[in-house]
Amino acid sequence: MRARDMTEALQDLADYVRAALPEDVRAAEVKLGELIVTVRRETIVKALTFLRDDTNCRFKMLVDICGVDYPERDERFEVVYNLLSLTHNQRIRIKVTTDETTPVPSVTGVFSAAGWAEREAWDLYGILFSDHPDLRRILTDYGFEGHPLRKDFPLTGYVEVRYDDEQKRVVYEPVKLTQEFRTFDFLSPWEGIQEVLPGDEKAEDDEKAEDDA
Amino acid sequence: MPEVQIKDFIMNFGPQHPAAHGVLRLVLEMDGEVVDRADPHIGLLHRGTEKLIEYKTYLQAVPYFDRLDYVAPMCQEHAFALAVEKLLGLEAPPRAQYIRVLFAEITRLLNHLLNIATFGMDVGAITPFLWAFEQRELLMEFYERVSGARMHAAYFRPGGVHQDLPAGLTDDIHGFCERFPKVIDDIEVLLTENRIFKQRTVDIGGATAEEAIDWGFTGPMLRAAGVPWDLRKAQPYDVYEDMDFDIPVGKNGDCYDRYLVRIEEMRQSVKIIKQCLEKLPPGPIKVNDRKIAPPPRSEMKQSMEALIHHFKLYTEGYRVPAGETYTAVEAPKGEFGVYLVSDGGNMPYRCKIRGPSFAFLQATDFLARGHMLADVAAIIGAMDIVFGEIDR
Repeated sequence: MRARDMTEALQDLADYVRAALPEDVRAAEVKLGELIVTVRRETIVKALTFLRDDTNCRFKMLVDICGVDYPERDERFEVVYNLLSLTHNQRIRIKVTTDETTPVPSVTGVFSAAGWAEREAWDLYGILFSDHPDLRRILTDYGFEGHPLRKDFPLTGYVEVRYDDEQKRVVYEPVKLTQEFRTFDFLSPWEGIQEVLPGDEKAEDDEKAEDDA
Repeated sequence: MPEVQIKDFIMNFGPQHPAAHGVLRLVLEMDGEVVDRADPHIGLLHRGTEKLIEYKTYLQAVPYFDRLDYVAPMCQEHAFALAVEKLLGLEAPPRAQYIRVLFAEITRLLNHLLNIATFGMDVGAITPFLWAFEQRELLMEFYERVSGARMHAAYFRPGGVHQDLPAGLTDDIHGFCERFPKVIDDIEVLLTENRIFKQRTVDIGGATAEEAIDWGFTGPMLRAAGVPWDLRKAQPYDVYEDMDFDIPVGKNGDCYDRYLVRIEEMRQSVKIIKQCLEKLPPGPIKVNDRKIAPPPRSEMKQSMEALIHHFKLYTEGYRVPAGETYTAVEAPKGEFGVYLVSDGGNMPYRCKIRGPSFAFLQATDFLARGHMLADVAAIIGAMDIVFGEIDR
């Protein structure tokens, strides 16, 4: 019952946000009891400012920003903003899409917490943020090349590091694996079939008939 | 006396500094003894956890969570287990939920004991450190008895917990709860009204409620600023709803209030642990779904089906329906969240880990600016940061 109330409240919120920002919201849906709103990339600052300041939203805390990589899409990256409203005890997830070259407007002006989160998305995915005051790498090594969380970046990476006793310094070398990198495809084809098998619907009809009787 | 020109200079704090609580390189721009700008350089402990998890089954991902915030391992497994359960659409049986809450609170004690002890040491008190570590050892013994490991337990799994409590453990935990409040009192005698401790912490590194929310603070850092926000109350998970406990809040949001909040949280944790022990129901400790949780060992000796399930679970793992969730728990340090995206396969498509310390450390510049160099150690100590979860 409580879960249903929460979902209804989120549904109301989704309608409210869609009505308030008709130009900017591309989609809004409640899935698994969580509200996901996709907005246009150019207006992310406006959308987040609205969500922060509007009395019915009050999403004052930016919990997290992260990237997700879908290489098969035209705009391969999703930037996901998780917001929390302490006043209304609600969460909302805002998404925008982008590609390797198109920058997303930075929201550091809206939330102070966005600074490092955007640096992280830049570092790990190579998502560009315009107007960010300090867009440096954050988690990877000084002078690191590439963006490790992209799906086309190998798990082993490209370089490995060791201390060279002759040169008396740390040196970078191409990664050498003592055995071949192994990934096993354990996925069994037998459990993967999701579609209804032809003829299955008859069995359901039979059950229903029995229930009715 | 002639006027002396003091030049601004830049100094490195860390990466090897005992008060940095790990591998933090803090670049400080100093104006004499006063901090002008603090620029934390993180990532020295980056292990690529999120990337690795994308190449592991859901069960194999569990131990990575222990190694994030390694002073509070089980709370992080808790977040991951709840996230996977949400995508799978199942709920752990009641006994498992009680055991999880019980051990989540033991974990909270572990974390706060370490933080208060090392924080005390950062500002000059060494005795609480010795006393607290003795208690931590006792708590880690409980960890060991239930999971076989003192720290990296891999005990909370999607669908329940790994195994049931061994005989006699509940009595021993109860005995610990009887003795432990005395230890908190002893530590308080040494610190709470201590003149030096208060001089080093009161009015140091303060943040108002508005600032704390803006910087994304959670947990004791937020509650010290006077915001009564705790996910255990606001968005209760497992059986926290049935527990009777209070949320301590501070007034000034400085380092001293953060310490006080943690002390009171330890007392409340003891209260929750006692309630868990009282109410602990009998029953199964993981879901009775052989496609998710492995069969008991005895059954495997008899049943071919059970053996097949066991083999498939530990090679292929289970498939999680496509979908995404952000699930958060109140870890001892604050909100620990997992943003999990599944594409319907046996490995997560994306697993973003949101650690509370990341937000705290980000605010170092804001908190430390204008303070003395010695206060930086107090500010970092009161933040309660662990680099495992910042660098991931």
